[in-house]
Amino acid sequence: MALVEIRGVTKAYFRGTQKIPVFEGVDMDIESGDFVALMGPSGSGKSTLLNILAGLDAPDEGTIHVEGQEITRLSSRQLADWRSRHIGFVFQFYNLLPVLTAYQNIELPLLLTSLSKKDRREHVMTALEVVALTDRAEHYPRQLSGGQQQRVGIARAIVSDPTILLADEPTGDLDAQSATEILTLLQRLNREFSKTILMVTHDAHAAEQAQAVMHLEKGVFTR
Amino acid sequence: MTFAKLVVANLGRNKRRTILTMLSVAVAFFLFSALRTVITTLDAAQELGSEARLVTSHATGITFTLPQSYVQRLGAIDGVRRVSWSNWFGGYYQNPQDFFAQFAIDAESYLDIYPELQVAPEQRQAFLAERTAALVGAGLIERFGWRVGQTVALTGTIFPGSWEFTIRGVYTPTNPSFGDEAFYFHYDYLFERTNQQITPGWFLLQLADPDEAAAISSRIDDSFENSTAPTKTETERAFQAGFVTMWGNIGFLVRAIGTAVFFAILLIAANTMMMAARERVGEVAIMKTLGFKDGMLGSLVMLEAATISLVGGLLGIGGAFMMFRGSTPLDSFFPGFNVTTGTVAMGFAFALLLGAVSGAVPAIQSARLSVVEALRRVA
Repeated sequence: MALVEIRGVTKAYFRGTQKIPVFEGVDMDIESGDFVALMGPSGSGKSTLLNILAGLDAPDEGTIHVEGQEITRLSSRQLADWRSRHIGFVFQFYNLLPVLTAYQNIELPLLLTSLSKKDRREHVMTALEVVALTDRAEHYPRQLSGGQQQRVGIARAIVSDPTILLADEPTGDLDAQSATEILTLLQRLNREFSKTILMVTHDAHAAEQAQAVMHLEKGVFTR
Repeated sequence: MTFAKLVVANLGRNKRRTILTMLSVAVAFFLFSALRTVITTLDAAQELGSEARLVTSHATGITFTLPQSYVQRLGAIDGVRRVSWSNWFGGYYQNPQDFFAQFAIDAESYLDIYPELQVAPEQRQAFLAERTAALVGAGLIERFGWRVGQTVALTGTIFPGSWEFTIRGVYTPTNPSFGDEAFYFHYDYLFERTNQQITPGWFLLQLADPDEAAAISSRIDDSFENSTAPTKTETERAFQAGFVTMWGNIGFLVRAIGTAVFFAILLIAANTMMMAARERVGEVAIMKTLGFKDGMLGSLVMLEAATISLVGGLLGIGGAFMMFRGSTPLDSFFPGFNVTTGTVAMGFAFALLLGAVSGAVPAIQSARLSVVEALRRVA
């Protein structure tokens, strides 16, 4: 059984009374340790699929199993719990809390665990080492470059050692050099730490760094 | 990091706004405490008068005086143990704005009737022995920097001219509501300086049995009913309440205006808190993505609102408490003008309510927030 099994997932939005289908009957498997890039034009449903997989949005039909657990049956409260344990989310615009330092931003997901302060510190320092930002621990987001902020975002996503890392256009807001650094970091997470990664991207160069590339067009996988 | 630190960090997001919001809440609660204190002081004044003393004044009003001959007639009424009398002087010391009460009294009988005025025995003797002597409250001594033995001149408004008095005694009241800013001097001095034209403003009667107050009052008023100076007799408490009733309209206005201003400021503060929460919709969505539950996020918002309102409340109520502690210039108008523990408790209850109300709406909005919609806005 695959780590992630998506079966017959259908999703549509309504604009007034008009139904706008996003995708219909999508199937997809992601194996443990995969690094999958999900490409497609705007409005193809990439981010919607990512949100559904993260339990942030619910499909109209179909099922999603992660590690054998059907998440489409969970309540919103159960999904919040599940998300804190299984999902690491990397945003396009980093989305760090500006009032917290890099250290505190990374520590944030650990507040939902029963870890002691000392254990939380160990986890945060490890995550900072992985993203090579130990010297920036006490810096606020405004004191960091875009690339550094995204590395803090990645550290926050991996600090609780989630089952799967979901990245929504992680290099979309970065210059070429920073984008390369982020992609190298994601590759390292996948290869050295066996992290399963699903990355949504527009950028073909970014997609090349993944082990597999899937194309979503008008709600259908084309390749 | 802890949830408390997260609350503090969020409050520090826009320090100027947080401080201004806290200050506006503080002003509202200062206003609340001050106005509430006016009302509690007025209420306390109504309770101040004794039920064992009667006040006999002119039926038309206290600005009309009564004949001196009433002293003997009142003293002869069954159940009346002692009679004294008093007049309102209405002068000022140096500055007409510096108001304090001055009474011309029949000193010996007055001090006997009023054990609430505590005076050292030697000072009492000195006061009684000298026609131009004055007995003043400890509050006045402190306010004007007077001392015993000093000669002070009051300028009369009802009784024009400069009136010199020598301070021979200082009293302290047994009950703070009685006030310690009154100025007493001899009725004889007033009588003499007005060429024996003045007569008593009102009479004070000490009763043998307070239970007889109503019957004695009726008897007195009946006996003077057809005279040139009919009387109105009531217990001192009722007499005081009559004064407070004159304040009563002011009390109502204070209450009405204060409530309106208080709630206007609170609504502004609540709106500011809601605005601050609305600006953080994106961050709430991110925290939900990280796994924070609706209840947790709602609690964080509520805690922030409660912190602002409680700190503001503490500043406002605490400020009023400190400012009106001890003797203040307001004591001349409102003896015992102190923020009561009841007012403090009520203020903090309102502060908690403000925190709950202003935090509830953004907390519910946070809980109901669609993460997908919010993230789309952030992006």
